[in-house]
Amino acid sequence: MATTEAAAEAGHSAGMPQLNFETWPNQIFWLLVALVIIWFVVAKIAIPRIGGILAERNGTIGKDLAAAEELKAKAKAAEGAYTAALENARVEAAKIIAATKAEIQTVLDKATAEADAQIAAKAAESEKRIAEIRAGAEVAVAEVARDTAGALVQALGGQAEPSVIEAAVSARVKG
Amino acid sequence: MNVAEAGGLLIDPMHQFQIVPLFAGAAGEHGGGHGPEIGLFTITNQTLWLGIAVVAIFLLFVLGTARRSVIPGRVQSIGELIYGFIHDMVEDVLGHEGAKFFPWLMVLFTFIVTSNLLGLLPKSFSPTSHIAVTAVLALGVFLTVTLVGLYKKGLGFLGMFWVSSAPLALRPILAVIELISYFVRPLSHSIRLGGNIMAGHAVIKVFAGFASIVGIPTVGIAMKAGVSGVSILAIAGIYGLELLVAVVQAYVFTILTCVYLRDAVGEAHH
Amino acid sequence: MTGDLASLALMGKYIGAGLATMGLGGAGIGVGTIAGNFLAGALRNPSAASSQMANLFVGIAFAEALGIFSFLIALLLMFAV
Repeated sequence: MATTEAAAEAGHSAGMPQLNFETWPNQIFWLLVALVIIWFVVAKIAIPRIGGILAERNGTIGKDLAAAEELKAKAKAAEGAYTAALENARVEAAKIIAATKAEIQTVLDKATAEADAQIAAKAAESEKRIAEIRAGAEVAVAEVARDTAGALVQALGGQAEPSVIEAAVSARVKG
Repeated sequence: MNVAEAGGLLIDPMHQFQIVPLFAGAAGEHGGGHGPEIGLFTITNQTLWLGIAVVAIFLLFVLGTARRSVIPGRVQSIGELIYGFIHDMVEDVLGHEGAKFFPWLMVLFTFIVTSNLLGLLPKSFSPTSHIAVTAVLALGVFLTVTLVGLYKKGLGFLGMFWVSSAPLALRPILAVIELISYFVRPLSHSIRLGGNIMAGHAVIKVFAGFASIVGIPTVGIAMKAGVSGVSILAIAGIYGLELLVAVVQAYVFTILTCVYLRDAVGEAHH
Repeated sequence: MTGDLASLALMGKYIGAGLATMGLGGAGIGVGTIAGNFLAGALRNPSAASSQMANLFVGIAFAEALGIFSFLIALLLMFAV
């Protein structure tokens, strides 16, 4: 081999193996063999397969997206129904509250009126009795005064005319 | 003989690219001339790593996607990632015209990226570091572009070289420049890939050669520790860079193929 | 005298290889310019940035290829001449 001999003569390197043209036919032959095999592997097997996988995945993703869209619509409908029901319930509750309040008010009013009436009656009765007691007391005071006055007059040795005493006590008690 | 004796350091960045027969038998002589015994069908280390690349692609694309699951596993995700990546690239650059080139671009990209990444394994061999390999790929692209362009556009394809937006006097000069740049394309296309990969591997090897200072008895211990430490750190850094380069160069090779194909199939641009 | 000539050739080879690596600096400048301008544009209009990633990589690839050419020349001088 020329370069090797030249190199050996010159006493330095064997040169670049890349430029050793005697190996080129061998390299090119095996490269072409390898490329043909790779072409079969890649173009005949890998590309259709991966293309298929990607298409299938896109299909699956599209289907999943559609399903998700449907579910979303369903969820929205359910939410609408829920909101409506909630609104209804709220209105109903307000109505019930108002009715209950009115009922309680009437009951309360009636009870208040009754109580007022009872209180008024009791008050009237009490007043009457107080008046009676007062009248009774006046009579008793006058009687005590008359008796006392009569006794006093007798004790002093006088003779008291009941009508005179009566008149005098009446004048004093009234005065 | 292959070793550049730089002050006793074992720096031989090119040795790793040598193509040697795997089953040399009696004829194989270690480190000696390797020309005559490599025939057309000889199984070499390059053949082995081409085969490993093929197996890796098979595992990735056939076994990885065998379950066809809608929710992908790890390996299937990688396959789908590559598929989507190249598919988008073809759609962006070539439009709908590009659909029939898609399998070829997938082959190019997967082969290059697999070889590049496998080449970064220690003790491995990167077929894409050889100009013969990248030249075949680039010439294939060049011939495809030229033939498809002539087939689809006829002589109108040559209008690419006649820049109608330039002043008339400049057009012949521009035509010559465009023509030259057109024919330089396969060269730059192949050397960009091969050169990048080769350069990265060679740089790693050069730093590894510096680390071999520990084998020289006359050097002090501090010097040994410093030089080999720096070399190892540099190797780690360059290795990370090379991971990036391995993917970026595969991407660049593929997208340049798309750009060249656009000249052939797409509407005239520029 | 052949030994002198050989070592002279060797020296020229190594110097040439070293000079060839300077081309990588140019590629570095080019890549930096592209990436910097991309970033400047992307900061002004972030929504358009992702659609231009392909152009960014193609531009970087073109700039980088020329650097790789000079690296290749350096390698050729070192190992193949």
